[in-house]
Parts: sequence; C-alpha cells; structure tokens
Amino acid sequence: MADSIAAVIAANRFGLGARPGELALIGTDAREWLRVQLRAPPPALASAELRSSAQILAQALQVRREMQAERKAQSAASLPVDAAQQRLPQFLRPIYVTEVSARVQHAVATERPFLERLTQFWTNHFAVSIDKQFLAGLAGSFEREAIRPHVLGNFGDLLLAVETHPAMQLYLDNYLSVGPNSLIAQRRARHDAPHLGINENLAREILELHTLGVGGGYTQQDVTRFAQVLTGWSIGGEGGRFAAGEPGRFVFRPEVHEPGAQLVLGRRYPDEGFAQGVAVLRTLAHERATAQFIATKLTRHFIADEPPPAAVAQLADAYMRSGGHLPSVYGALIDAREAWLTPLAKYKTPADYVVSSCRGLTLPLDAERAALAPFEVLGQRTWQPGSPSGWPDRSADWDGASALMRRIQWAEAVGARVGSRRDALQLAPELLGANLSAATRQALAHAASASQAITLLLAAPEFMRR
Amino acid sequence: MRRREFIAGGAQLAAGLLATRVAFAEARGGRARFVLVILRGALDGLAAVPPLGDPDYPGLRRELAFRGPGEPGGALPLDGFFGLHPALGFLHECYGSRELTVLHAVASPYRERSHFDGQDVLENGTSHPHALQTGWLNRALSASPTRGGREAGVSLGQNLPLVMRGPAAVTSWSSSRLAALDEDTLARITDLYAGDALLAPRLADALAANAIAAAGEGDGGMPKPVDGPGAARGKARYAEVVRAAAGFLRREDGPKVAVFDTSGWDTHANEGAAQGQLAGRLAELDAGLAMLRTELGTTWKDTAVLLVTEFGRTAALNGTRGTDHGTATVAFLLGGAVAGGRVLADWPGLAAHRLYQGRDLAATLDVRALLKGVLAEQLDVSPQSLEREVFPDSSAIRPLRGLIRA
Repeated sequence: MADSIAAVIAANRFGLGARPGELALIGTDAREWLRVQLRAPPPALASAELRSSAQILAQALQVRREMQAERKAQSAASLPVDAAQQRLPQFLRPIYVTEVSARVQHAVATERPFLERLTQFWTNHFAVSIDKQFLAGLAGSFEREAIRPHVLGNFGDLLLAVETHPAMQLYLDNYLSVGPNSLIAQRRARHDAPHLGINENLAREILELHTLGVGGGYTQQDVTRFAQVLTGWSIGGEGGRFAAGEPGRFVFRPEVHEPGAQLVLGRRYPDEGFAQGVAVLRTLAHERATAQFIATKLTRHFIADEPPPAAVAQLADAYMRSGGHLPSVYGALIDAREAWLTPLAKYKTPADYVVSSCRGLTLPLDAERAALAPFEVLGQRTWQPGSPSGWPDRSADWDGASALMRRIQWAEAVGARVGSRRDALQLAPELLGANLSAATRQALAHAASASQAITLLLAAPEFMRR
Repeated sequence: MRRREFIAGGAQLAAGLLATRVAFAEARGGRARFVLVILRGALDGLAAVPPLGDPDYPGLRRELAFRGPGEPGGALPLDGFFGLHPALGFLHECYGSRELTVLHAVASPYRERSHFDGQDVLENGTSHPHALQTGWLNRALSASPTRGGREAGVSLGQNLPLVMRGPAAVTSWSSSRLAALDEDTLARITDLYAGDALLAPRLADALAANAIAAAGEGDGGMPKPVDGPGAARGKARYAEVVRAAAGFLRREDGPKVAVFDTSGWDTHANEGAAQGQLAGRLAELDAGLAMLRTELGTTWKDTAVLLVTEFGRTAALNGTRGTDHGTATVAFLLGGAVAGGRVLADWPGLAAHRLYQGRDLAATLDVRALLKGVLAEQLDVSPQSLEREVFPDSSAIRPLRGLIRA
C-alpha cells in the first residue's frame, strides 16, 4: 500500500497526472522512475512548423515597418488606420497557436512528465507575458531555445541563456537602455537631442525574481549599477530602437554600454563590455540567497504552499555543493521526506487540471485553436501570467468559487464529448490509485450515465489536487 | 513646502458632526456600496495628476511634462496647483460635480520597490509583505454591521485577490460561455464535496453568486463574455467586469462590496503623455468608471469607488521615456456618496532634496488613513476593529474624516 501511494505521488505531485497504465509502469520504485527521467538529454519539441525566435522577430520587425508605412499612407489619404493596426497581431497569432499546440501535445503525451513539469516551472520562474508587443510570437521559441536545453544543466547557464534571449530583452525593456556616459549618449547630448539613459526594469527583476529573491540583500543602488552594467545588451534589427546587426538576434552594442567599472553587491566589476554583465550573472548564480530562493520556489511548487524548511535546506545545500547543478537539486527534491507525505493537498492550477485530464482520459487533443481554449476558459492562458513574477503558486490563488464552477462546467463538457468511449469507474483506479476515495468510487458506480461518470471523476476532490 | 487643503486625522471634525454622521450612516442602512479597484503595476501619479504648480515638475518630466489647461494636450484643471490627465474626462466631470476626491502623495507603508510585495502590503493591510494571509477588506466585512445577505462581497474574476480573502463569506464571479450545470450532476457533486473543507464552501459560494446573477436577469442581466481580437477584446472585458459589478451591487439583497483589478500600469518605456501608452490605459479606465455610474443607476448615489495602486514611479523620466518603480502616488475616491471636488495632499514638493531617496515623490499620507476613513464612514466599521483586526498595529494612523457625504 505504501508503495502504491508513492506511485500516485510520483505521477501527480512530480508528474502531470497519470496516464492509464502509468501507475503500473512506475511500480514499486517511484523514486527511480523520477530519476530515470533526468538521465537522458531533454527532448526538443518536434514540429516542422516551429521556427527560431530570430526568424520570427526579424519577420515581425519587417511586418511592423510595413504596417507603419501603410498607416502613414492611409492617414495621409484620410482612410481608417485600423486595418493596418491588425497586421502585427495577425502575423503573431498563428505562431502563438502553433507553439501552444505543440507544447500541450507534448505535455499530454510525454513519458517524462517530471521533466516537463520542471520545464514549465522554469518558464514560469523566468516569466515573459504575451500581453506585451511581439511576445505572443516569441514566448514559445523562448521556452524552446532558452529554457528546454538547460533544464538538466547548470543554473548559471540557464540564467545567461534567458537574459540574453531577445524575448527577455524585449519583455523587460533592456534593449532600449542606454549608458548615460556611453558614446551614443554623449553624441546625442552635443546635438541637444532628447535625453537617453538607463531603464532599470531587467536589472531589478533579475535580482528580485530570477536570482536573489526579494529579501536577497540588494539595494536600489545595486539595481541602478547593475542596470548600467547591462546597457548595450540589445537586439539586432533595422536600427532606430533596435540596433543595427542581424535582425532578431541578441547583440552587444559597445557604443551604448556605460563605460567604467561598477560596484554591484559589494563586488567590483571592471569594464569588459559584454563580459561585465556575464560576470555579474555568474556571481549571482553562486550566491547563497539564490540557492535559498530557488530551493524555496521548487519546494513550494512540488511539495506544499508553505515549504517545509528542512526540505528547503536540503535543496539549497545541494545547490551550493554542486555549484547550481540542477539535476543535483532535483535529486534532493526526490529524496526529501516531505515530498512523499499524504494527503495530496496542493490544489491544481488550471493548466495542471487541463493537462492531467487530457492525460487521464487519453483525450485526442485537437491541434491548433482547440488546444488553447481550455486554458483560456479556466483562467490560465498559456504564457500570459500578466507580470514578470509569473503565475502564482499557492492554492489560494486558484481556488476561487467562480474558478471551481468553471472547472466543473468544463468537466461536464468533456464528459458530454467523451460519452461512453471511456469508462470512468475502470479509469479511476488507474489515475488515482491508492488515493481514490470510497466516496468517489461509489459516486462513479452510481452515476446516471457514462458521461456523468466522467464529469464526476474530473470533479472529484482527489482529482482537483496533486 | 506648499500645503494644500489637508484634513489631518479627524482633528478638524467637531464631535457634533461626528454624531450626525453616525446617525446618517444608520439611516442609509444597507444601501451603502463600496467598490475597490486595484491598479496593478504601479500607476504614475505624477502623470495621472500632474502638479502643474510645482516649479520642479517640468524639469523632471522634460518633454512629457503636461502643460496647463487650455493649451494643446494640456492637463484638465483641478484646483489650480494640480491638473488631471486629459484622458480622464469622466473623472474630471465627477470632480466638477463634487463626486471625486483626489488624494496625492499617498503610499502604503511599504518602502521597497517590488510590485509583488508592494501589492501584498496594499492588500494584507499590515506594514510587511506576507505578514497575513487574509486581506483588510475581508476583515472589514467581518467587522461591518451593514453587511447584507450571506455573500458580503464579490470579486469580479475567477479567483479572490488577497484583499478579499479571509473569514467573511465572499464570492467570486465571472461570465462564462460554458453551459450551466445539469442539476442532477450538480447535486451529486455537492454530495461528493460534503466532507471537503475547501470545496464545499467554494461550491456554495459559486451557487450563491449565480443565484444573485440570475435574479438580476430582469433588469439588464449579467454580461455575456465577448470575443474579438486583441485590444477590442481587452476593452470588452473591462466593460464586462464593470457591468457585472454593477449587476451585483444594484441588488438590494446582494453584496455591499465589489472588487476588481486592472493591469498595464508598469510604464517603464515610452509612457507617452497626452497620447500614448498610459493615456490609452487611463482612457479605458475612465470609460469603465463612466460605465459603472451608468450601470449602477440610482445606486450610484450611495456608492464610493476607491482606486489604489501599489506604489508610484520615479519623479524623473528614465532614459527610455518611461518611469521606474517609485514610492508615493495618487488615489481616487469617487461616487455619489463621496464628499468630493477636492484634492487632498500635504504636498512634499519635487525639489531634489524633497524626493524620497533622491528619486521618488515622498509619501505624506499613509494609504491606511484613507482606507480607514472610507471603511468607517461607508461600511460603519468601528474604530476598534479598524485598529485591531482590519489594520493591525496601526493606532498611530488616524482615519481621514469627512470623505463621505454627510
């Protein structure tokens, strides 16, 4: 019995919800099932339609140029400019749809669900949000290019890949930031042109959200100086607000970089151009505060809303001992005693709920638009957390009355669609194993129809949690 | 330092007036309504309510500084010293009809610059992030004698924001295209949740909200969700939320309090002035509030709407024609119940040595003084409750008095 509850925990708390047969596959060594998932390199998403962010952004910049020209011509001819306004969204939207659809299909089908949950954890840790211009077209390639290849690597490499990705440069405005004493600023000052200077958005969020955490011991001065270090980190484009250079790719612009050494968190960084920022990121990746922050977030995500301090300490120690080697940290998570306790109390996020339902019922996921709909309807539109802090990760953030009603309504729609093609009573032990309650089993046995039984299974208290 | 009209902690309010007000609140009985709008992302108070009379203002805001009323792209006139962003036409109308009070140089006790901790403090009602897992508005509802039926408050959205979490029965509501539940299925799920300490009350709250929403069908009903691309959908959803809030508050037996939030205020780059990014957001907000007044109908006269944000933005423009995270900002209190037509500010000035840490508008009013004043006068929350449960350890912060029409 103890073994079988461990399988349920592995499949739900660490994974994305059991597929039929998964609990049997996990068998008696749940920890080993998780460890095996960390051994091979992470898979790339397979779809011929997925393009690189550099390609997408270069094209998007081109569309925007055409759009601006068109708008000028239209307003000169006193025609409405609305049609031109829609060109960029119309270009970005299909890319977003393709990316979400590929991601969802992978999550539903994967046999390494722990790895996929970790991927989604890091995407949310380094959140971008599609409500900012261009990001609808870039959020997917950002995850594929900056997150996925580094999930089983070192935190420092993950961090550098994220901060130098065009999506992050755009999202937190750093591509526009200019050193107040840089060559460009001095040239502008001679011509009495509008003032240029730093934008501290990315520097602050790296310290607050990506590395040290909000109580991590940095000051406003550290934020300002770090922002100066990061001046010159930008994106190639057509010139103007985007640097010259290869369109859509990260570039370092020496003429925009603030000259001179900078003192950040008590440490002096000589001016070595791009390498100055890389050096600060390296330091941040090895700070104890970063280890503590990452450990706390992982523990909250995988174990409990109020992270047990002993587990947090074990993860943080593993992080420090290994120099931020992520599989070592995940190993500590698997080894944490608290990770294997019942009850399974964490309330699923809407995305978890949808993915686990699709896995459990082996729903044939329609490609394209239909893959997006449930996430939107249940309140967690993919890659749109709305802020750089990402989606919240406590039950209270998701357990609203209206949210619950929608889940149940969606479960009813799924039940109606699936009908008698699935047998809920037979599936329930396959998905919930030893966690299936007598009350739920009874309700399923007495359901008025096969579709109602599916609805009751998805609405069951133990299916709402992980 | 230039001092504007300022009401300090009730000192100017004679005991006699206080007695009148208490009597009036009782007479208004259950009709008083309160709407809280949280502007997430830190609204730039110096752009929303520019201090045109401050000699340091134009230099800090450079090419984005507003000119005076009457000039092209100029601010709308308030009291001669402050102006109002030209996108806020409805708010300006409210000011003229004495239904809007503007409060400036306001801040929560939080003095760091994280949005997320800033919002946490604004909502938890203490001086520290994550100090409590419940919100001041829920605790105030627990302590308020004027609460109505079972659901004292409603949050427009799927989940409850922190400010609404706590012991008082509140609910959340959002319009949905999903089909209503089959009654038999619902009965079975209700049975299945009977022993569940979380799901049973949540389901009951959801059903209560739906019942109120259904009862309102006769007088205009609840909005249906809207589809459409990008910006159009954004605006439509705003309207949807406002109409739903009004739909609940109009009900005599419905909730007394509604909460919703808006985002998009984090203007780090290319903020704009009379036109542009912030102007667009403010225009949407303004239109939403105008719609709220229309939708509330006769209930508007008993309503107070409070707009607050987690903190302000830097006094000076940054290097990318935007503003970074700052400290003090504005709050707006409007509605038929508001004693308005005033700007309340103990203006600290924008001279370099007056700025907080040399960069932000300094705070001269703790937002809790404003919140306490509104809760006392609009929801009849007692001074003892305000000091103990609603805003713990806040006895030094005296409630602002006279905010609500007597």
